[in-house]
Amino acid sequence: MISFEDVEYVYPSGVKALDGVSLKIEKGEIVALMGENGSGKTTLLKHLNGLLKPTRGRVIVDGVDTRSATIAELARRVGLVFQNAESMFFSSTVWEEVAFALRNFGYDEMIVRRRVEWALNFMELGDYAESSPFLLSGGEKKRLALAIILAWSPEVIALDEPTTGQDQLQKEKLMQMIRLLKEQGRTIIVSTHDVEFVAQLKPRIIVMRRGKVIADGGAEEILLNEDLLRSCNLLPPQIASLTRELGFIGIKPSLKHPREVAKELLDALSRIMREG
Amino acid sequence: MLGADRREAGGEAEGAPAIIQVENLSFRYYGSEQYALRDVNLVVRRGEFVVLAGRSGCGKTTLLRCLNGLIPNFYEGEMLGRILVDGMDTRYTPTHILSQAAGMVFQNPDNQLFALSVEADIAFPLENLGFPREIILERINWALKALKIEDLRYRSPFELSGGQKQKVAIASVLAMRPKILLLDEPTSSLDPVSARNLIESIVELNKREGLTIIISEHRLEHLLPHADRLIVMDRGMIVRDGDPRGILRDEDLLVYGVAPPKVSEVARCVNAHRGCLKFEEIPLTVHEFVEKVRRLIR
Repeated sequence: MISFEDVEYVYPSGVKALDGVSLKIEKGEIVALMGENGSGKTTLLKHLNGLLKPTRGRVIVDGVDTRSATIAELARRVGLVFQNAESMFFSSTVWEEVAFALRNFGYDEMIVRRRVEWALNFMELGDYAESSPFLLSGGEKKRLALAIILAWSPEVIALDEPTTGQDQLQKEKLMQMIRLLKEQGRTIIVSTHDVEFVAQLKPRIIVMRRGKVIADGGAEEILLNEDLLRSCNLLPPQIASLTRELGFIGIKPSLKHPREVAKELLDALSRIMREG
Repeated sequence: MLGADRREAGGEAEGAPAIIQVENLSFRYYGSEQYALRDVNLVVRRGEFVVLAGRSGCGKTTLLRCLNGLIPNFYEGEMLGRILVDGMDTRYTPTHILSQAAGMVFQNPDNQLFALSVEADIAFPLENLGFPREIILERINWALKALKIEDLRYRSPFELSGGQKQKVAIASVLAMRPKILLLDEPTSSLDPVSARNLIESIVELNKREGLTIIISEHRLEHLLPHADRLIVMDRGMIVRDGDPRGILRDEDLLVYGVAPPKVSEVARCVNAHRGCLKFEEIPLTVHEFVEKVRRLIR
């Protein structure tokens, strides 16, 4: 579905933001890009829809080399939600904001209306349909940016720091949405340093540092590797630290749900007490 | 002020004089039918460390804006009730005076920084208020030191990392010598290590300089261990207000969109089992949790 082949990207200022990135992402995968600010996550995302083209190497999306396609062509395949949601907005109402791209893609008004309503309701923005996008709170703006992309339903959905400023209920909603999109066969790529969110979502994780991919693996493999996380200004999820610290009573490091950890702990304790 | 309600004062600041009094406060923004704040009553004592939590859109930001007078002086709308900040009624006190009592730090430091050097950014509001040069220099030195960012003095804010920028933003607010620091989700755009560093700096300001802190956040795990008091808001109202451990022990805050630290969640699950381990006091850190287990098997 997506492949990066030895991609290097140098900004006009001379900063090398991607330094020989090679990776493959299959259709229907959920991938989290992790790494500290400035590690190249956003630059990588911008290569997916051709906003940036590699200085060296190439990026193939759905069989198309991004260097030979226009952003408009790529946008149908790849929806990118920016970290700063506001930069996307320009309409006078939330409703119009979501409808704009759909009309641009040439859908008829009936479908536009249905899709806008669906997307706004899904992101719990129905009440704000007639409000100005600029008057929404930070979290609501983020949801609107997502609703815009969801409405036209691209194959690949890339989210840049989607959990910033979101409360726990919205994060869980976002997680449900990501899983639902996966069920529909879409590919989801999320850049984030929200370790707690990733610990719950348990996606494949690609870790970046200074423009390079330094690790690529399952959620447990990456999030239980404390040294790796710290080398990238990330901290282990609290459950990982807790289960590791409880090793002295025979508990194994994990990303399990608090309920399961509680049960494991009680089982371990009663075993110890039985054995005296 | 001294006769104010003391029930809700948290740990260390108990008995200290009230520095913020919010009385029957309601507010709705111009053009909106819904009230963003509904009958909020609140007394904050000097030196308290208060964490504000709740779903986004619950009124946290609006309450903070009220506390430094941005509402009603900058944002239009209908305000009922009154707020006294360090004895000054926010409705009748100009913002530049209030900002010397209660300074505000926003989510995105880029909105707060604009000068060519860190030093100039910190100096700007002071120059504007006409402080003499010696005082300005003294304040800059103090603010940089308080945040341990002396090395950033001559750097351009634009080349700093997110965490550094946020510290500069706090320093520029601090240079006004406020008694209260209001922070609106200051770590939300920072990576975890930078976020934890920033929180440590804020805790230091509270402990060493005695600053009253009111901070809104979604990520509570690094913050709650230092808080005297947790306030949970929902639909414009204060729904919980008290000692964080007590609130976390007694109920599931998820309905308010608040994620308790995972260790507290595990402890609650353990308590629900009524097994061989019971947490009388809900742990807020991994260390507290593990110590309890160690004591049990010793």
